[in-house]
Amino acid sequence: MSLLRDFKNGLWNEHPIFRLLLGMCPLLAVTTTAVYGLAMGLATLFVVVCAEIVISLIRNLIPKKVRIPSFIIIIATFVTIVDYTMAAFLPDIAEALSIFIPLIVTNCLIMARVEAFASKVPVKRAIADALGQGVGFTWGLVLLAAVRELLGQGAIFGVQVLGEGFPTWGIMGLPAGAFISLGIILAVINQIIRFKHNRTKEVS
Amino acid sequence: MATDKLVVTHAPHIRDRDSVPGIMGGVLIALVPALIAATIVFGWYSLVLVAVCAAAAVVTEWVWMALRQKEAKAIVQDYSAALTGVLLAFTLPPTTPIWMAILGSVVAITIGKQIFGGLGFNIFNPALVGRAFLTASFPMAMTDWVLDGTSTATPLGGAAATNLELFLGTIGGSLGETSALALLLGGAYLLYKRLIDWRLPLGYLGAVVVLALLVGEDPIFHLLAGGLMLGAFYMLTDPVTSPLSRKGRWIYAVVAGIIVFMVRVWGDAPGGVLYSILIMNMAVPLLDRFLPDRIFGEVKAK
Repeated sequence: MSLLRDFKNGLWNEHPIFRLLLGMCPLLAVTTTAVYGLAMGLATLFVVVCAEIVISLIRNLIPKKVRIPSFIIIIATFVTIVDYTMAAFLPDIAEALSIFIPLIVTNCLIMARVEAFASKVPVKRAIADALGQGVGFTWGLVLLAAVRELLGQGAIFGVQVLGEGFPTWGIMGLPAGAFISLGIILAVINQIIRFKHNRTKEVS
Repeated sequence: MATDKLVVTHAPHIRDRDSVPGIMGGVLIALVPALIAATIVFGWYSLVLVAVCAAAAVVTEWVWMALRQKEAKAIVQDYSAALTGVLLAFTLPPTTPIWMAILGSVVAITIGKQIFGGLGFNIFNPALVGRAFLTASFPMAMTDWVLDGTSTATPLGGAAATNLELFLGTIGGSLGETSALALLLGGAYLLYKRLIDWRLPLGYLGAVVVLALLVGEDPIFHLLAGGLMLGAFYMLTDPVTSPLSRKGRWIYAVVAGIIVFMVRVWGDAPGGVLYSILIMNMAVPLLDRFLPDRIFGEVKAK
């Protein structure tokens, strides 16, 4: 039961992007099209799951004082695996995401989960949490990327949906467009949460 | 039970007759000469664009006020949204499609103003936020300068124009920015009515003239070309997004003037008025904090 709760935590209540505002760097940088958002999300999902498993397994062996360097070495190992794998099998996407793949090492989402969660709980819970956070991060990236791709290029996942005549909004391909879209999505989500909160208060 | 006749309030008890609708309405009146000039130079479509922008801005403002459960009617009546719409229209090329003008107005009011909490809380000049959004989104449409049915470059973009043409405004450019004469008339009205502080346009235009003389460019050309006049009298002087103190105003205006000149002469973009004002808007809270006016009777701290 608690495993399911750990998993669902990352999907909404403690959503890494929309509730904790973690991992902003890749979020704002690579979400120009939904495909890049999905690729970045899945790469991060893989790293966070593997890193949480390993760190949870050896959590009692790591001395407290050197835990951060140890975490980083473990995370960097898996990031290297992702980096090489993507370069070998998805060269186009790897080239587009460029520096942001190696930079998953410093993604504060992963750091936050291994430090605050995986290093304190048994491996079962760490896996559930990592999957939830990874999937949550992925849907957040894909949502933002889809909005930007739709307005910026009239397409979603590379499929033209708005017709040839749609005048594309150039700003959506720029960092400013990422900030504006993120801000509006955050405002909508906060409003949904406030609405739900008020309703539960009225019922009780 | 308090009676209506005896009103107990905090100080200040002496008020002048300035009001938000009064100031905004005054600025709108001051824009009439530029509107006439735009209609003469670019045709009836410019009137349509101005009306569409103003209407879209007012409707957007009303929707936001209703969503935020404020007194929508009273607030929309202060003309501030309409003024934003008109100013935005003045920065647009005369061929801007209607839907683009509407989108710009919606963005100006929503992202430029209401996101920050409405009138008085916005950091950036809302009309310029709308214009910046459109510039970044549709760079082609936003530099489509048409005059008498043919595309031209603007004088800042390299087109030939005499200083008299620049002064009258019979040149390619944005709707409301080309006629320095009309803008000066409106500016004189604003100064006469004391709706704007003379320090702001003087510092802004002065900085451009001095720099032009220093590097050997024609100062008259730089004064009359592009959106400098429009920016100096109507946008830099927005009471919400300009500093409160005199020292702060000087610094704000002069640095903005320096930025315009640098963008024009050494930068990539032909005109820098938009960015100079938006950039200096960001410095306003800082200027207000570190350079406050001495309050009457206050002794200088030792």
